[in-house]
Amino acid sequence: MDNHATTPVDPRVVDAMLPYFTEKFGNAASRNHAFGWAGEEAVENARAQIAQLIGATPKEIVFTSGATESDNLAIKGVAEMYREKGNHIITQVTEHKAVLDTCKRLEKEGYEVTYLPVEKSGQINLDDLRRAITPKTILISIMYANNEIGVIQPVAEIGKIAKEKGVFFHSDGVQAVGKVPVDVQKDGIDLLSISAHKLYGPKGVGALYVRRKNPRVQLTAMVDGGGHERGMRSGTLNVPGIVGFGKACELCRLEMAEETKKLSALRDRLKEAIMSKLDETFINGTMEHHLPHNINISFAYVEGESLLMGINDVAVSSGSACTSATLEPSYVLKALGVGEDLAHTSIRFGIGRFNTEEEVDYVANRVVETVNRLRELSPLYEMAKEGTDVSKMNWKTA
Amino acid sequence: MAYSDKVIEHYNNPRNVGSLDKKDPNVGTGLVGAPECGDVMKLQMKINPDTRVIEEAKFKTFGCGSAIASSSLATEWVRGKTVEEALSIKNTDIVRELSLPPVKIHCSVLAEDAIKAAISDWKKKAGEGDAAAQTSAAQAHS
Repeated sequence: MDNHATTPVDPRVVDAMLPYFTEKFGNAASRNHAFGWAGEEAVENARAQIAQLIGATPKEIVFTSGATESDNLAIKGVAEMYREKGNHIITQVTEHKAVLDTCKRLEKEGYEVTYLPVEKSGQINLDDLRRAITPKTILISIMYANNEIGVIQPVAEIGKIAKEKGVFFHSDGVQAVGKVPVDVQKDGIDLLSISAHKLYGPKGVGALYVRRKNPRVQLTAMVDGGGHERGMRSGTLNVPGIVGFGKACELCRLEMAEETKKLSALRDRLKEAIMSKLDETFINGTMEHHLPHNINISFAYVEGESLLMGINDVAVSSGSACTSATLEPSYVLKALGVGEDLAHTSIRFGIGRFNTEEEVDYVANRVVETVNRLRELSPLYEMAKEGTDVSKMNWKTA
Repeated sequence: MAYSDKVIEHYNNPRNVGSLDKKDPNVGTGLVGAPECGDVMKLQMKINPDTRVIEEAKFKTFGCGSAIASSSLATEWVRGKTVEEALSIKNTDIVRELSLPPVKIHCSVLAEDAIKAAISDWKKKAGEGDAAAQTSAAQAHS
């Protein structure tokens, strides 16, 4: 139930890909023979399938190795191309590291970056955004939906503001595309990062949507070479991966309405089964603007990593960063104003296409059982039950 | 992250979970760590004032599996030892016994601190207290 990290490849996607490993192995850039033509045709078909999912035209899709590369290409590509126009970029604090670290790199190169805060809901404040824009601003990069808490940003409003001010709008759409309706026209998005493996396609393939008119966005390439992808991203195309990506997007487009109903019902079932049986559990981020398959819950007095260990036959992830060398809990939860003590106790659930009601019930039971067991082990729970306000104690860090 | 078999064993079957009466003059309580850091250990020992032997030890821990295992192991090790013997337990002994990886060494440090804090609390109650050894536990409880 960690479908934000990755998803299994849909068997229908695998079937679509297989011929392109063996009999149709041609290089899509080979113009001299039928093998190349078949590869090119397959790539163009996939390009159209992906474009259709997000309301774009096929020529606006640039294939990459994944969303991290797409984020890099969008941000660095705009920064370099429009350096004469300005050197200011606006993003926000709960972005994925692929955006944050790219912005940090640009800061070292002399660009200025504004990191907008988020409200308790997890959304940015649009007035903050308006105020942050200066004549030097060339790009706004705000994710569509967050990978930890599933909160959807007010994308269409951001798009409108960007257009008014003549600033390009990039959005990391990794968690949203294929899960909720994303339309680059309605949302006013100029650059959109997408990843195949988050929507039941293969790993190692992604795309960047690059708007061609109203306004036309130009990018400085990061990878130079044979001039593939209209010069924006050289390198032989991963034909089987792209075919799978296209097929996965087509399935998402055709099945989204139904799948959303199913996933949100499963998610609500999970939430109910857990939260009705445990006190002092808290949902992180607003549920009003939320991905249908996500929920992020803090279990007070139970450290997240020990909870994961107790339900080790279930794949979920924790906002507790005890596994990382920094020992810092999730920066996303911190940005929402979730106390560090509660951030350590959070678990992210990401329900996927192939999860069942039985699995949801099993996970809920295991979570409830393990939280109860660990609370019996927790000195904080004991103190809270005795009436001590744990948060007001004078803790001295050892 | 892969846990060692011993960590998993302690996590699944923690020894000596529970609490002793912290008002009992023969009980020393050590409470170390902080919720913001993701680890809090409470270690309690009932010490015979005549023999200075730790007759009972109980713990409760908020923390990762390695923190739970470190404190569980600490209760096992201190039981039956004299106060002085218990004070000689080093965090590196715990690291070795549980095969803790480098990122989990702080769990063993916390367990050693908890042993020291509990004994220091008991000494204070017994009138042996020295100001230098005053523990976060004593303060946290005040």
